[in-house]
Amino acid sequence: MTRLLDITDLHVALPPESQRPYAVEALNLHLEPNEILCVVGESGSGKSLTARAVMGLLPKPRVRIAKGSVNFLGEDLAKVSEERLRAIRGSQISMIFQEPMTALNPVMTIGTQIDEVFRFHEKMPGRERRARALQLLTDVQLPDPEQTLKAYPHELSGGQRQRAMIAMALALDPKILIADEPTTALDVTTQAQVLKLIKQMQASHGTGVLFITHDFGVVADIADRVAVMQNGLLVETGTTDQVLRRPEHPYTKALIGAVPDLVPRAARPRSGATVLRVKNLQKTYRSGGGLFGGKGRVVHAANDVTFDLARGETLGIVGESGSGKSTVARCIVRLNDAEAGEILLGDTDLRPLGRAAMRPHRSKIQMVFQDPFASLNPRTRIGKIIAQGPMMYGASADEAKRKTNELLEIVGLDARAYDRFPHEFSGGQRQRIGIARALALEPQILVADEPVSALDVSIQAQILRLLDEIRDRMNLSMVFITHDLRVAAQVCDRIAVMQRGKVVEIGPTATMFSDPKQPYTQELLAAVPGKDWFSAEDMARVHAT
Amino acid sequence: MRYVVKRLLQAIPIVLAIVVLNFFLLQLAEGDAVDVLAGEAGSATPEYMAELRAKFGLDKPLPVQLAVYLKNVVMFDLGYSFRHDMPVSQLILDRLVPTLLLMVATITLAVGFGILLGLVAAMGLNTWRDTAISIFALITYATPLFWVGLMLIVVFSLNLRWFPTSGMENFAMFYEGWDRVKDIAHHLVLPTVTLSLFYLALYTRLMRASMLEQAGQDYVTTARAKGVTENRIMFVHVLRNALLPVVTMAGVQVGALIGGSVIVESVFAWPGLGMLAFEALFSRDLNLLLGIFLLSALLVVAVNLVVDIIYSSLDPRIEVN
Repeated sequence: MTRLLDITDLHVALPPESQRPYAVEALNLHLEPNEILCVVGESGSGKSLTARAVMGLLPKPRVRIAKGSVNFLGEDLAKVSEERLRAIRGSQISMIFQEPMTALNPVMTIGTQIDEVFRFHEKMPGRERRARALQLLTDVQLPDPEQTLKAYPHELSGGQRQRAMIAMALALDPKILIADEPTTALDVTTQAQVLKLIKQMQASHGTGVLFITHDFGVVADIADRVAVMQNGLLVETGTTDQVLRRPEHPYTKALIGAVPDLVPRAARPRSGATVLRVKNLQKTYRSGGGLFGGKGRVVHAANDVTFDLARGETLGIVGESGSGKSTVARCIVRLNDAEAGEILLGDTDLRPLGRAAMRPHRSKIQMVFQDPFASLNPRTRIGKIIAQGPMMYGASADEAKRKTNELLEIVGLDARAYDRFPHEFSGGQRQRIGIARALALEPQILVADEPVSALDVSIQAQILRLLDEIRDRMNLSMVFITHDLRVAAQVCDRIAVMQRGKVVEIGPTATMFSDPKQPYTQELLAAVPGKDWFSAEDMARVHAT
Repeated sequence: MRYVVKRLLQAIPIVLAIVVLNFFLLQLAEGDAVDVLAGEAGSATPEYMAELRAKFGLDKPLPVQLAVYLKNVVMFDLGYSFRHDMPVSQLILDRLVPTLLLMVATITLAVGFGILLGLVAAMGLNTWRDTAISIFALITYATPLFWVGLMLIVVFSLNLRWFPTSGMENFAMFYEGWDRVKDIAHHLVLPTVTLSLFYLALYTRLMRASMLEQAGQDYVTTARAKGVTENRIMFVHVLRNALLPVVTMAGVQVGALIGGSVIVESVFAWPGLGMLAFEALFSRDLNLLLGIFLLSALLVVAVNLVVDIIYSSLDPRIEVN
């Protein structure tokens, strides 16, 4: 069979002041018709720039193809004119992106945006274009295609927007579809549906798909062949079976090894002492309405939430976006005020306490945030970020400094970090700083809101291990908010599943995974990507090699 | 339509609150109209001044004065200007048309050309066009309005004799119909150009920044990936999104324009509200001043409504409800 795409010795040059001269170096890759090739790698691996190089969408002139060829059915895309590239883009090679919200023009209807593909590539009367667009929306299983044509992007959900993007990309039956992390921003259940859709559409159109992802679970579900990239170099390529079950390169092995196992780890004995009891917590958000009345929208972010937390235990709260899991976390830390219910820390109910009354209790519950970039003040030195807490609670400067240095060591950072600024650190290092900051007040309870979801998988594993160590060492209790069931399986002793503000099911991790009672829990578990592939036996084999 | 009515109803308490606030604000200023009249006439006895105050109703306690004023305002009676010996409403209406003329012309010119120049600058980023436009914007932004006005008069009126030096129309010619329109337009050119230069610079910079920000958004990459031409990306995709902050800014500035035109009105002897307010302030003609403030408040409310409607048609994410 002739190859659809043949990338030979591709070099993508970065601007001179960058850390390395090439984002992608000496890359050889090909794509056959009717296959799905997954390009896997962590951030900075050059996987996305490879995709953009094929499309001729590199941010020129700063980033450009320095050497090599991208052969598409006899044409070298690295050399053809801008005019020719434009003709190919959208009709023969098309692309879908990670963020379905920002990837669509917010002030244009879905119909107009799909219509553009037809208008700029084929001569067709308006009526036919409309009929084709309608058919496309029906094909990607959007409810009410007529209405969707007239809808603006913000009127659709994330999953629906991604379906509309797929419809747009497949409008002219392209030979190649490039998907750049198309499901990363979606919830697990939506992700499973979109992956299924991509696979269906690929099969019925015979498209070659170049699928960029960082998630091995997704790879296992969708790929025919896999290419693993690291720092701009292709380190390993082969069929999905080869790469996932018998990886050869040490980096591939490390990556696969870092994917959290879906089989929960062995249960630990639960201590009898309860540190935190949350009873019937209520929190509603209102929007709209206003000074002159009018009915607003009411969202029950936390609806009758009840759970307790034992000393030394990690309770996972899992759910999809909008389930209220973060709201619960923020209410416990008193960043948000719940309207009703009790938050019992020992014998004190924290919920009704005012600012002053809350102060002595603040240090007992500390929080680690999701975004390691936004949660550290960019103009404050690391030492001060960590030492500020203890000093607020009366520690002397020397004492706080000694403690900060101790904490830096515990979280695995060099003591020299003390005088540096946040921007000098990587995402994983910043998350360590965030953890040190939370620990500085010697809390009894650590509330971690998606602490690893912004991190690469290998870093993620390190941070999870660190959190585990700290919990054991300091006898901490942890509330761990996550959307990722794999992560939950590895860190949590018990899990509470939330949906639309309610806890639908709560129980020991092992029981939740082996015997989920509620349909929603079952649905969530079924949607975890790569669940069949990464059986315990597979993982054991990878670890053994 | 129901939205417009609702918004107008909501505006009533706002306007009333503004009236009350203005009323007390003006009381904070030292002296009243009688002081000024007496000061100008000279040799006024205290008895005469007290008599004058009683005649103007200024001897009553403040709450009573306020109640009387509010009652009159609700009945669309803005009071009487003793200074000009005319009803306030008539005075204001006489000046309203020239003011609106200058305002609308200025905003149109400033926003229109600002968008255009910003667009050109953003599309030729870092070329000579971009640099030239940026320098032009910087200079006009930094130059005082009155100086620009005087220089335009010196160059275009006195030396080149293209435009009249001052006034709104040539009364001596008794123009009618289209001739009068042409005459007024002729007079309008210099004041409008002067006043809009400053705002033009603002909109140019805003538009340029907004275009550049939007051009880096993901949806632009999507459009490119669809094979859409660069022209369509710029003029259809980016332009509409980039307009939003400019419209917001223009809405906020219309209010400022009424007050900001005092300088231009005095340089060109344009019979606008700015000049009237300025005079009223110095003669402590509080009735007139309150009337002008009320009108400004109404204008701002109306403009905000118009901006909101424009906004919701530009950005579907904002619902008019």
